[in-house]
Amino acid sequence: MTTQISLYDRLGGAPAISAAAEIFYRKVLADPALVRYFDDVDMDGQVAKQAAFLCMALGGPAAYTGRDLRTAHAPLSGLTDRHVDLVIGYLAETLSELGVPVSDIEAVGATANTVRDDILNR
Amino acid sequence: MRLTVSGDDLEFHQGETVLHVLTRHGIPLPAVCRAGLCHACLLRVVHGDPGPAGRTVLDDAMQADGYFLACLARPASDLTVALAGADAFAPAEVLSVRPAGSGVLRVRIRPRRRLDFRAGQHVALQAPGGIVRVYSIASLPAEARDEGIEFHVRLYPGGAMSDWLARANRGDAIGLGRPGGSCYYRPDDPSCPLLLAGTGTGLAPLAAIARDAVGHGHAGPIIAVQGGAGPGGRVGGPPTAGPAWPSAIRPRACLLSRGEDIVTAVAAELADLPRPADARAYLCGSPQVVAGMRRALFMGGLSLRRIHCDEFAPAATAPIPAAPASAAHTVTAAAGRAGGG
Repeated sequence: MTTQISLYDRLGGAPAISAAAEIFYRKVLADPALVRYFDDVDMDGQVAKQAAFLCMALGGPAAYTGRDLRTAHAPLSGLTDRHVDLVIGYLAETLSELGVPVSDIEAVGATANTVRDDILNR
Repeated sequence: MRLTVSGDDLEFHQGETVLHVLTRHGIPLPAVCRAGLCHACLLRVVHGDPGPAGRTVLDDAMQADGYFLACLARPASDLTVALAGADAFAPAEVLSVRPAGSGVLRVRIRPRRRLDFRAGQHVALQAPGGIVRVYSIASLPAEARDEGIEFHVRLYPGGAMSDWLARANRGDAIGLGRPGGSCYYRPDDPSCPLLLAGTGTGLAPLAAIARDAVGHGHAGPIIAVQGGAGPGGRVGGPPTAGPAWPSAIRPRACLLSRGEDIVTAVAAELADLPRPADARAYLCGSPQVVAGMRRALFMGGLSLRRIHCDEFAPAATAPIPAAPASAAHTVTAAAGRAGGG
């Protein structure tokens, strides 16, 4: 966990995470396979959630729990591993654009993968 | 410990919220969320300290005036409070009501005491009979003393406030709530491009924001996009009646009747900027149009923190409670906004 916490700090803590969350959310909204899950959602709230998710994936202060994720994603029909792969891919892209080393991005991806079953409700 | 309100002394215990004390003693407040969000339980300190929790969620000006939220405040010593409703509206008078284009009134109201506000913020008006509606400010603070504060008010058939205003005479008393909202010019970034886009009565506050920017010597480009239905329901009207844009700004008209879409138009204006992410956007109009423009600008690379919105909803679809103790802040916090789009 030490390297993940330092990654959160290395990126610049909460303000940098908020900026990264916008970049990440923009990529998600631009994907036709994902955008329908984000129609009619409050953008500010969604960016805040993306920031919380990034925080968790980067080993920052944990504001997001697997149980919240499970509840939040339960009503969304048709979610598959492909959707999760796409989202984790955009997370990796975002971090790459911010200059995060590949080894750290892989570690973040592994952390993000731990909530896959919560998101897919299985 | 003792909580004093309206001459009653109420016993309370350590750790108890002011709202709980009042409720326990049968003094009702219009408490809605009980979590510091709706501001329905706004109170004002007369004497004592309500503690930090009820104050720090309010803006600096309100804190300085002694306001706090009863649902969060857990005082640790004797406290005397006043219900905020009685003084939530500052006394003001109608200066003039004139037509400003089709179905719109240009209303000027002069506060009888100093009111701090920024062009583009919104404020609740309180007409006799407890009619309360929220409108956006279409003038600058420097103009308020002589010319009053300007509002552009859409006339709705049977609309309680617009009917009252249409018949109001110079000198009629009206209440002005506390100005709120974040859709106003920020002088901290004088070289950034400003993108102002809106529809209907939302154009008047946008023009005032542009005047504010020009008055502050804003050096960056100021781009305005006005949406309208078309030649029949054309926005703008005669130059003397419509939104008063600074002379250097030529707003781009975007007419639905020509098949144009303001969301597309505003996104194109952003994309034309050398560095879109440096811009600041100000958006006024109906919730749907504002949401569409906001999303398009965000997708075009602009941070949500650089997009400042003011959404209008017709009063008919957004009834605003006028409970005596629900202060202006409560009204402005409501999802719906009067004013018209």
